[in-house]
Amino acid sequence: MLSIKELYVSVEGQEILKGINLEVKPGEVHALMGPNGSGKSTLANVLAGKEEYEVTHGEVTYQGEELLEMAPEDRAKSGLFLSFQYPVEIPGVPMVNFLKTAVNEHRKHKGGKPLTAGEFLKLMREKKELVEMDTQLTNRSVNEGFSGGEKKKNEIFQMALLEPKLAILDETDSGLDIDALKIVANGVNALKSENNSTIVVTHYQRLLDYIVPDYVHVLYDGRIVKTAGKELAMALEEKGYDWIKQENGN
Amino acid sequence: MSSVAEKIDLSLKLTGHYNEVKEKLFEGSPDIINNQRKKAFQDFIMQGLPTRKNENYKYTNVQPSFAPDFKYFHSREQKDVDLHEVFKCNIPQLDTHLVLLQNGWYYEGNSQVGQLPEGVILGSLGQVATSHPNIFEEHYSQLADTSEDALLALNTAHAKDGFFLYVPKNVVIEKPIQVINLMQADVDAFVTQRNLIIAEQGASAKLIFCDHTLNPKRYLSNSATEIFVKENARLDCYITQNQHNRSTSINNIVIRQERDSTIKTNTITLHGGLVRNNLKVILDGENCQADVFGMAFLDKNQHADNFTQIIHAKPHCLSNQVYKNVLDEKATGAFAGRIHVVKDAQKTNAFQRNNNLLLTDEATMQTKPQLIIDADDVKCSHGATVGQIDEEALFYLRARGINEKDARLMMMNAFAHEVVQNIDVEPLRERIDDLIDKRLQGEISRCHDCDYNCEC
Repeated sequence: MLSIKELYVSVEGQEILKGINLEVKPGEVHALMGPNGSGKSTLANVLAGKEEYEVTHGEVTYQGEELLEMAPEDRAKSGLFLSFQYPVEIPGVPMVNFLKTAVNEHRKHKGGKPLTAGEFLKLMREKKELVEMDTQLTNRSVNEGFSGGEKKKNEIFQMALLEPKLAILDETDSGLDIDALKIVANGVNALKSENNSTIVVTHYQRLLDYIVPDYVHVLYDGRIVKTAGKELAMALEEKGYDWIKQENGN
Repeated sequence: MSSVAEKIDLSLKLTGHYNEVKEKLFEGSPDIINNQRKKAFQDFIMQGLPTRKNENYKYTNVQPSFAPDFKYFHSREQKDVDLHEVFKCNIPQLDTHLVLLQNGWYYEGNSQVGQLPEGVILGSLGQVATSHPNIFEEHYSQLADTSEDALLALNTAHAKDGFFLYVPKNVVIEKPIQVINLMQADVDAFVTQRNLIIAEQGASAKLIFCDHTLNPKRYLSNSATEIFVKENARLDCYITQNQHNRSTSINNIVIRQERDSTIKTNTITLHGGLVRNNLKVILDGENCQADVFGMAFLDKNQHADNFTQIIHAKPHCLSNQVYKNVLDEKATGAFAGRIHVVKDAQKTNAFQRNNNLLLTDEATMQTKPQLIIDADDVKCSHGATVGQIDEEALFYLRARGINEKDARLMMMNAFAHEVVQNIDVEPLRERIDDLIDKRLQGEISRCHDCDYNCEC
């Protein structure tokens, strides 16, 4: 599904990622943990195609293609989905227009016909239930006036509509109360299959109680310094990140 | 030539012209118009044609627009052409009382006005001045302060005709009244148009002004409109400016509101070489509301300057202004918005916002909010932004599979929509939306079919 080899990334001349290696196979759930500033969000954004990041070295293959050569919209249409840590508000762009355009772009890419307005509304109703999304929210502009929790739910709602092959959840749990967290996790789990994969970027083990990872990676200072099973998340929750920092000579 | 020399030259040229055609100007107009004419001419001489040294014209140099030798229309031109055949508004489903004006003159063959409620007076300003002297004298040039703006003074000095509307007490005109101003001459032309609109107590009307140039001649249009909105009356005024790039359009609008009245204006500049809109709203009674919107789409070397003055003269009024500009290529825009809350106009709510989108590095925008507050219990706000498209938002849309071009379009439409949605005449709103969409996609988007065969 995804193969990252020796990835080095800089932002405004400062090196953030310093040789990332990661293999994600279909059906797998990977958790990416690590202290603040370790490079987790940078990795998520680079994979989605954000332009201000400069890849100085390394390669990323996604479904056999050079991911870094692809435009963000092409990555999305090929099934890569980033759930944003901070979803932006876009006043004046109605949710429904935005979602319908996105869904139909995906369908077009797969050689399908665009959905009619009626078909789309039906699909939207279906997926809304999955994340218990307030019906009123889709009558607004994109994320405009949404609470923190609603924005995160909206990300998973979009994920449900677009049915990605590889979902990257960038701190989708931050700012969520326990009920919202469960709803979001249930949504993610409901979309899981043996063909698609998930990368969960998080600070906390809490989310991993609901979305159980096959692998846990610890990112520190731009590198993956530890990889293990889900028990690693428990250890981090208990002991914090200090022992990781010490092991890595800081 | 230095700007001072130029100023003197062009001002002299204009005063010289006035003296030359004086007889023609005075002929056929009633005293009320001619007396104001004399006073206004003196005011014009005192001020001279504005230069950029004039604080109010800091961002717009009108001088070059006045330089060509123009043909004037100081008297009605008789033509045997059916103007309704020359120009047809092709907005689907737009059902209006339709009025045509040509080069500032009310068209005598207007045949699409339709049935208006009893007591409504609609017609030629010059004719109404004579046929309804009482109503006319009570209002004409009572709002236009010719000592304040030289171009308003020049308009009053040249004024012969234009559009007149009187809506009697408690009369509601359901259908919008559409006033189409056509510029059509065989040489470069200077057009003066003077409008007067009176909505009596409890009256209600919607007006649509459409400005069109019908051929690529150079036009300078200097128009002025006085609008009286009396107690508990309601008036909507939509202005679509659709002239070509060699035209200059100067519009002075002064509105006076009495208590409990409501107005809405929305000025949409789709095309124009140089556009200057002076809008002054005087909230002169308690509990008035004024919603004032504007939007300009400019490219090439186009320039648009919206200069607004909202005067809160009485307590408990609300004004709300939103002006936006989308500037492409080398276009330049300006917005200067003054809110004046006079002493004792307590409990005033006055809001103003100006947002601008620059699509190139060469486009420029000047914005100047100004608040003068002489009362102490008021809520006022102003804000201005000048920027490019929000890259974060663009990335968000692209990350959902929407290609860059469409994502940009979506965002530009969204930017415009806030203003456009404030057109309460649906077919017009749809047309404007459609034109904006075409414009944003880089297509030629004129509100009428033209055969200019030119780049203007």
